[in-house]
Amino acid sequence: MIPELGQVSLALALAVALAQGTLPFVNPAWRGLARSAAQAQAGLVALAFGCLVYAFVTNDFSVQYVALNSNSALPLHYRVAGAWGGHEGSLLLWCLMLGVWMSAVSLFSAHLPEDMVARVLGVMGVVSAGFLAFMLFTSNPFERLFPVPANGRDLNPLLQDPGMVIHPPMLYMGYVGFSVAYAFAVAALISGRLDAAWARWSRPWTTVAWVFLTLGIAIGSAWAYYELGWGGWWFWDPVENASFMPWLIGTALIHSLAVTEKRGAFRSWTVLLAIVAFGLSLLGTFLVRSGVLTSVHAFAVDPERGVFILGLFVFLIGGALALYASRTSRIGLGGDFEPVSRESLLLANNVLLTAAAGTVFLGTLYPLVIDALGVGKISVGPQYFEAVFVPVMAPALFLMGVGPLARWKRASLPELAVLLRWALAISVALGLILPFALGRWSALVGLGLTLAAWIVLTTILSFKKRLRQTRAHYGMALAHLGVAAFVVGVTMVKGYESDADVKIRAGETVELAGYVFRFDGVSRVAGPNYTAAQARIEVTRNGKPVTVMRPERRVYTVQEQIMTEADIHPGLTRDLYVSLGDPLDANGTWLLKVQHKPFVDWIWGGCLLMALGGLVAASDRRYRVAIRQRKDQEVKVAA
Amino acid sequence: MAAIALGLVALGIATALVLMAFEKNLVFFFTPSQVAAKEAPQGRTFRIGGMVLEGSVKREGVDVRFVVTDTAKHIPVVYRGALPDLFREGKGVVAQGELGADGVFRAREVLAKHDENYMPPDAAHAVQEAQKTLVK
Repeated sequence: MIPELGQVSLALALAVALAQGTLPFVNPAWRGLARSAAQAQAGLVALAFGCLVYAFVTNDFSVQYVALNSNSALPLHYRVAGAWGGHEGSLLLWCLMLGVWMSAVSLFSAHLPEDMVARVLGVMGVVSAGFLAFMLFTSNPFERLFPVPANGRDLNPLLQDPGMVIHPPMLYMGYVGFSVAYAFAVAALISGRLDAAWARWSRPWTTVAWVFLTLGIAIGSAWAYYELGWGGWWFWDPVENASFMPWLIGTALIHSLAVTEKRGAFRSWTVLLAIVAFGLSLLGTFLVRSGVLTSVHAFAVDPERGVFILGLFVFLIGGALALYASRTSRIGLGGDFEPVSRESLLLANNVLLTAAAGTVFLGTLYPLVIDALGVGKISVGPQYFEAVFVPVMAPALFLMGVGPLARWKRASLPELAVLLRWALAISVALGLILPFALGRWSALVGLGLTLAAWIVLTTILSFKKRLRQTRAHYGMALAHLGVAAFVVGVTMVKGYESDADVKIRAGETVELAGYVFRFDGVSRVAGPNYTAAQARIEVTRNGKPVTVMRPERRVYTVQEQIMTEADIHPGLTRDLYVSLGDPLDANGTWLLKVQHKPFVDWIWGGCLLMALGGLVAASDRRYRVAIRQRKDQEVKVAA
Repeated sequence: MAAIALGLVALGIATALVLMAFEKNLVFFFTPSQVAAKEAPQGRTFRIGGMVLEGSVKREGVDVRFVVTDTAKHIPVVYRGALPDLFREGKGVVAQGELGADGVFRAREVLAKHDENYMPPDAAHAVQEAQKTLVK
């Protein structure tokens, strides 16, 4: 019964979404409905989601999706997470997140004009209706299976991990969050009111969505690092790129919104970015969910899902762009500015971030296009992305130091030079000297460390120069320091990581980067749904014990899948990473990989700082003041 | 105006960089039959795909040797280190590396995918192509 209840609530949610997406545009009198419709819809989708989780928890294998993604031996928390471990469930999660954002907009929009709220929620209703229809007609999570299997096929062992429990919800909160920015942009285009107020309204929403996306990507990368077992943290895989493109454009959007709010400039550009950011979120969903990445040809054979998302994409983004084209003349250019000004610097930031997103786009989609056309089969490796990213991002990082210190409208170049000369001298000196101190000089390490030091020093300067500190400024400083930490992590790992593949027997040792790893042999251990060979490795440095590490080689019983479960000893300045390979013979000789990864945790630490900065900035006083003022006015009117 | 000019210059430089890096780092795919017919370049990185021949996997200490086949032609491959978890005899595989003068493919990367039932599309393609020529 419960799965049918879920099914019915989804159908009802679709009906409500359709009403919410059409009625407020048909008759102004129905605008008041938008808020309650949004909340009702969110409630219905949440109910459906609850039903699916219930089916997982109670091991209801008569539901096909549960049978394919769970097993009665699976621990409870992974059964819950299994609800979004496959295609159908992830879509339901997508819709749930959209519901959360919609009800948040309906609850925290008391300070906005009623017609604006109705339009924003109306646009979001259209988006939601599209996805609910997609789910109900092509990927129904509640489909029954007959005959009912005795047990399920189990969740993919790679997904049985705490990181996987929170990665998709975070990522989807980010993806879907850009629909708010999109809805605000489209609503503003419809009404023709694109002003500083519009930018102020959509800014905190965009920032919060960006925070979730940042966290989602960081968690996914950390998950790949410790769960895939071989120590890589970013592969430039199309699935990763699909989330990275909206992040780059989202970052550009945050900065461009700042200019629009403060100076009224960049209006058309900001609107365009808002549409593109959500467009790339949809494209990411399309790439991952249509199966086009697995095989272009499989997609051509069974195109139902892909064509549906593609149609939705064309409708939502094409429609918004058409609207944009018809309204640009009315948007106006906004405030004027000189070539040397904070506006120009932020414009350069936007150009660079957009160019970066463009390069990822090219590298991700070109092989697909070539394959689809039948011209040949190619792939674009990490080398391409690395070769392109350094020269595009290096100037962006340099300008990051200048931007916050430059005046709006018109800045003086000599004044900036005087202000920044010491910061520049110190960072260049650090970049030249530090690599020597670390053992080996390399130009890329020097460049990376120079830029990181530059960002830190200029951030400190920005505090000395400003009289009044706002949360927005603290947030920006935190996020920029996060970028610096991230750059340090990437630079150090790329520059100084080392590894060794060895064949090893009990009692033998291997030395790497000053650490001695002694292999003490392998024992058998049993988990709830797997058995494992577990190695014991004692690590010492200069004769002093550091830690004992226990990497495993697991065999998951249901799917008979082998999993390398690495063991990591984390540290502020380095991670030690060991993974157990195949047994090489019957006498206890094993293949072992040991890795030394300097500063690798700074990569994710930096992402956390960026996200934290975003949260602090989004809680800035002026957004809350706007809410309070509006409430005060209402009280006065009532009195 | 200057800002726009600056933006255009930056965009131009970025485009040039991208196209150069793109050209240099495109990795082409060849089937074992194509490699056997000497269509693959020597000394340049490319990808090869097909099935891991049953019984061909041999460990030599840290090195591992196996044979990639598209059912028509066999190409020997050598790789250093641990193989990905989903690597099995008789299953699809894609490897990236260079072809040595001795005709042995030196893989620097053996690609692992996330699903046991999943055949890497490139590997499936190689087998299909070989089947076509065999039928002829």
